[in-house]
Amino acid sequence: MRFDRYETEGFYDELFDEQNQPRGGADVLIERINALPETELQRRQKAAELALLNLGITFNVYGNDAQIEKIFPFDIVPRIVQAKEWENLEKGLKQRITALNAFINDIYNDQKILKDGVVPADLVLTAEGFRKPCIGLQPPSGVWCHITGTDLVRHGDGQFYVLEDNLRCPSGVSYVLENRLIMKRTFPTVFDACSVQPVTDYPSRLLEMLQQMAPDGVRSPMVVVWTPGIYNSAYFEHSFLAQQMGVPLVEGSDLVVHKGEVMMRTTKGLERVDVIYRRIDDDFMDPKAFRPDSMLGVPGLMKAYSKGKVALANAPGTGVADDKAVYAYVPEIIKYYLGEEAITQNVPTYACWREDDRKYVLENLDKLVVKAVNESGGYGMLVGPHATQAERDEFATRIKAKPRTYIAQPTLALSRVPVLVNDHFEGRHVDLRPYILYGKDSVYVLPGGLTRVALKKGSLVVNSSQGGGSKDTWVLNASGGGSPESPIQDQSQEE
Amino acid sequence: MLSRVANSIYWLNRYIERAENVARFIDANYHMALDIPDNASAQWQPLINTTGDHELFEELYGEVNRENAIEFLVFDRNNPNSIYSCVRAARENARSVREYISSEMWEQINTFYLMINAAAKETLMDLPHKIFVDIMTASHTFIGITDSTMNHGEGWHFGRMGRMLERADKTTRILDVKYYILLPSVEYVGSSYDNLLWGALLRSASAFEMYRKRHGRINPRKIVDFLLLDPHFPRAVHYSIITAIISMNNITGSPRGTFANKAEQKLGRLLAEFNFASLDEVFEIGLHEYLDQTQTRINGVGSEIHEVFFSPHTIDS
Repeated sequence: MRFDRYETEGFYDELFDEQNQPRGGADVLIERINALPETELQRRQKAAELALLNLGITFNVYGNDAQIEKIFPFDIVPRIVQAKEWENLEKGLKQRITALNAFINDIYNDQKILKDGVVPADLVLTAEGFRKPCIGLQPPSGVWCHITGTDLVRHGDGQFYVLEDNLRCPSGVSYVLENRLIMKRTFPTVFDACSVQPVTDYPSRLLEMLQQMAPDGVRSPMVVVWTPGIYNSAYFEHSFLAQQMGVPLVEGSDLVVHKGEVMMRTTKGLERVDVIYRRIDDDFMDPKAFRPDSMLGVPGLMKAYSKGKVALANAPGTGVADDKAVYAYVPEIIKYYLGEEAITQNVPTYACWREDDRKYVLENLDKLVVKAVNESGGYGMLVGPHATQAERDEFATRIKAKPRTYIAQPTLALSRVPVLVNDHFEGRHVDLRPYILYGKDSVYVLPGGLTRVALKKGSLVVNSSQGGGSKDTWVLNASGGGSPESPIQDQSQEE
Repeated sequence: MLSRVANSIYWLNRYIERAENVARFIDANYHMALDIPDNASAQWQPLINTTGDHELFEELYGEVNRENAIEFLVFDRNNPNSIYSCVRAARENARSVREYISSEMWEQINTFYLMINAAAKETLMDLPHKIFVDIMTASHTFIGITDSTMNHGEGWHFGRMGRMLERADKTTRILDVKYYILLPSVEYVGSSYDNLLWGALLRSASAFEMYRKRHGRINPRKIVDFLLLDPHFPRAVHYSIITAIISMNNITGSPRGTFANKAEQKLGRLLAEFNFASLDEVFEIGLHEYLDQTQTRINGVGSEIHEVFFSPHTIDS
């Protein structure tokens, strides 16, 4: 099977330029795929799917027979990111997370940025993710958001934009690692020829970072991953990360606060826990501090945390910076704390609580994407150009009733990549979620991240709950990449 | 290790062992039934009895025949001890401790489950031997993978202890039911039927060849001796208890012959019973009574294991 008849159809394509020529760095891949015998690629795609099924990398399909499990759809053609392009993104992400961490720390302590009027105080203090019990907390080394998965998209202009910051419990990194494993199994020689930056050491880096967080004086810290349980849709990932790090995976019922310390119940009695990588929302962590009806939580956990008896990653309260209203101010936040211009841009955002913006939004609903500030995962959203008049009218009413809860952004022409459809390739829209580890001394960005694909033709929704799949993301090594001639790089260098 | 994790590993091994035993029962029985055409359906009732689920069977199916016996024992989702249900339960347990067991173990259990899930009844009826061999092989593969990929630490010992207790229980059950079915046929002694029936009993425990090597000619008492009291045959009750207590001692750190908790104490007593049992005594008490007592004692050990290791004790915070 060959790419001969593949068309970019006027979209920015990650592998081909406007003349349908392979971009620098993608040429080796394209050449190799073109050289495969007919039907070989389909065969390997099937082999990869079977491998995923046997590995049990599946999610439950709700509302169906309990027996039905599906693999997270996977497309065999990798997405390629060139070294220089990545270098710039990495810088942008590090800058952004450093500023956001400073922001969260400030909000729960001195609130200088609010006093200086850079971000409106009422916006921050009414944000859904703002947690009163976190006021005055001083997490070890001042780090709040240890693990982040920032959502990026590339627009038709070839630029990457930040769509969401995901500072609470971002998921998906396990798919990055498993996709890579599958690709190395199915395409060993192509992989080798392309010189790709490794992702496999993520669990070691994660463990190292978590161990660094241990309370003072603990020599060999007990690190655990905390999952809401086997029925959580990201359970596979929780279990995978615990396994790869070689640490226990605990549920709320395994933990107890005993004499002020967090302990877990073992076959030999109680054992102290020093660091918790929690994959459970703030609200459910401790019924004494947050939601009293939480059945999953550990009573007294927050007290132990505030006394420094146990470390939590991420710290509770980070969701305040995930609020889409706060998102609109990230460029100002970067400038305020770092004195720098943002390297990676926000998507232009209209804040419906500002009168001018609201007026514009209401007049242009058919051109805009409207988002509820507290929702994620593609819910609570209006895609104006694809919506019916009735849907738009409904959103107009909602915006007028609660302007604080809505933002709007222009509809982006998300970039595309080729995916295998039966016996040929077709372009599909993608986003990119790199993962960032904020350690005691340094910030690490996993080269690549999760490329999510909207597998439905023409669809812009990449979420796995709504028909999305994924691809391996190959960030090339600086020396191994192709010629740096593509137009995007020119643009990013101009900044 | 976490109590919850120990519990899951213990049960996942019990379920795999249970599935394997059900496959053994059916396979041996199927072939035996083919050799005794007149009496074919009568052979399926004792099989249902072996599993201890005859009441559920009656409720769901009524009369016993080959088709519904196999349906019930292999596929029926309403039967918690069908092969399907066991493998599914094993997988659910494995899923909750994926981070603790090795990836290879998980992959094997998952593949095992996918195989059972995909197995079609029709092909089974046509070619029954294959799937039962596949099931036994899958179980053996799992044990092999476990032994060679997982640390032989606490978790591994919980798994092996579970497997051994399950095996001891299943061997007593098969011996109990079969013995009473086969006993009335004393007039067959020495006939080809006799060899056939006792051969099937041995085969269902994969014991035929090892028995031959150990005792030679088919002899009902020696068969009982072999399956119950042999300390070396890996499916014998005695062997299973010996192995279970080695794991128990490893978990608690107790020296051999001592105990640190009630579970270990009960298991130790049971082992002492088997160490000093004689076949004459067994028959004096009555084989059925003896097997029944043994099952009750194995269950007792199981409950204590739950109490000592798995129960979340309340703690004042």
